[in-house]
Amino acid sequence: MIEVKELVKRFGNITAVDGISFDVDKGEVLGFLGPNGAGKSTTMKMITCFLAPTSGTVIVGGKDILEDPLAVRRQIGYLPESAPSYPEMTVLEFLRFMAEMRSIPRGEIGGRIEEILATTGLEEVRHQIIETLSKGYRQRTCFAQALLHDPEVLILDEPTDGLDPNQKHEVRELIKRMRHEKTIILSTHILEEMEAVCSRAVIIAQGKIVADGTPAELAAKSRYHNAVTVRTRDPQAAALREKLQLIGGVNEVEFTPGQDGGPASFTLFSENNRPILPDVTKFLETHDVAVEEIFAERGRVDEVFRNVTQPVA
Amino acid sequence: MNGLIPIVKRELLSYFRSPVAYIFIIIFLISTAGATWFLGSFYQSNQSSLDPFFFFHPWLYLFLIPAVGMRLWAEDRRSGTIELLLTLPVNLLTAVLGKFLAAWLFVGIALALTFPMAATVYYLGSPDTGLVVTGYLGSFLMAGSYLAIACFTSSMTKNQVISFVLGFFICLILVLLGWGFLQALLVNVFPVWLADAITFFSFSSHFEGFHRGLIDSRDVIYFLSIIGFMLFATVIVLEHRKAS
Ligand SMILES: Nc1ncnc2c1ncn2[C@@H]1O[C@H](COP(=O)(O)OP(=O)(O)O)[C@@H](O)[C@H]1O
Ligand SMILES: [Mg+2]
Repeated sequence: MIEVKELVKRFGNITAVDGISFDVDKGEVLGFLGPNGAGKSTTMKMITCFLAPTSGTVIVGGKDILEDPLAVRRQIGYLPESAPSYPEMTVLEFLRFMAEMRSIPRGEIGGRIEEILATTGLEEVRHQIIETLSKGYRQRTCFAQALLHDPEVLILDEPTDGLDPNQKHEVRELIKRMRHEKTIILSTHILEEMEAVCSRAVIIAQGKIVADGTPAELAAKSRYHNAVTVRTRDPQAAALREKLQLIGGVNEVEFTPGQDGGPASFTLFSENNRPILPDVTKFLETHDVAVEEIFAERGRVDEVFRNVTQPVA
Repeated sequence: MNGLIPIVKRELLSYFRSPVAYIFIIIFLISTAGATWFLGSFYQSNQSSLDPFFFFHPWLYLFLIPAVGMRLWAEDRRSGTIELLLTLPVNLLTAVLGKFLAAWLFVGIALALTFPMAATVYYLGSPDTGLVVTGYLGSFLMAGSYLAIACFTSSMTKNQVISFVLGFFICLILVLLGWGFLQALLVNVFPVWLADAITFFSFSSHFEGFHRGLIDSRDVIYFLSIIGFMLFATVIVLEHRKAS
């Protein structure tokens, strides 16, 4: 549905986007991750034809952003990073204006707006001047505008930025409900968000793609992938460390003493990230260690994120 | 031109939601009336015409019109709404034209509200109605040219003050070109044809005809060309911003 091809954007001598290519299919929610200044917003502005690329192009639903930008824009609903809207208008006036600009037939505008007000939870503020709304409502007003014409493609630049945890949850639920019928790209620097809603993640740093895969694939790159963490209140915990080290397949053990009466914890890393949970469980049983909690880790995305986005020192 | 009408409607709505619009109209009325009365010696002139009223328009518009035009694009850039507007399926020319037309209509409304001036003239004597009508028409066209220039300068910067100052100076040059003193100077320095050519580009020389009751197609074409040219330049600037 979306094909990003060798996209480059320079601002003077800053290269904001440096040769990015990826495809997104219908039904996918692509999480666009990266530290601040990585080039996420710039890439999205090029996909939505707000900025022209220095080189490369994007094909959206078969239309090229360079050749037929209006056809591209028709297919896209866009939520810019700052979630702008006209502050002096009411929510209803604003959505009506955007609907007219989208050439939604006159007779359908009213019904369509009602639907969107309900989906985005804006019904009770419909007559309110946007300027007087709280940040969360303003964000949703701009989100509503992106959904008005029921677009095939949604480009959402930090859709949950500045929202409280409940509002974040609502927006994520909304995205999850829509994901099967649409093609969605959302940018975020919140990793839990990516894991919660995205079917795939592309991590960029300094304008380049540094990782691309499902959240599970990314997690598997972590040093913690298949590591086993054990929590115990055994008074002899500290002495256990040496013994744990001897379990077959374990190559490193981290020990954190219990604090404030909490349990002590061990993390056992395996050779080549092989699964070692059964071996560890057996060992603890034979040695009669009172285990409070034990689990194998999927991997820590935040660690992977740090590793791939930080230039090697 | 899909989307033109919604943009015009929206812009006008925004004008009248903002106190700045009402303040502008009040200043517009006070300054046009004030200039007519105090500088133009409206009463003493003892002739029932709107001549002293229209005489000052090229000078008053120098600061009034860039004040309206300065926010046209600068404001959208500052608030980020430009990103909404220019990612909608409308072409750039439509957006530029829509914003311009709304601002021009707004200035037209302010101009129309000076009708008490005209009414006073009718009350005091019997002016030539033709003169009144062509005077208003010329003033409206001239305002459009000033506004198109301000629209252009507004597209170049986020900063409304810079946009105002630039607009003011470009308009000032175009007004001064037609100023008698400068004309005399030009004739002394340049060959007559060149001096005439330079004068041809001035606002005031094209406005004069209108307040003498003449609608010369060359004057109309002049103002419409300035508008067309400046709006086109605005499109180029915005297109260039997109690529830079
Ligand atoms: N209009 C612009 N002019 C100059 N530099 C810009 C402009 N927009 C973005 N940049 C630069 O491009 C880089 C990428 O920015 P951006 O795409 O906003 O990053 P992100 O959204 O990932 O935080 C940053 O270094 C930023 O300073
Ligand atoms: Mg950004």
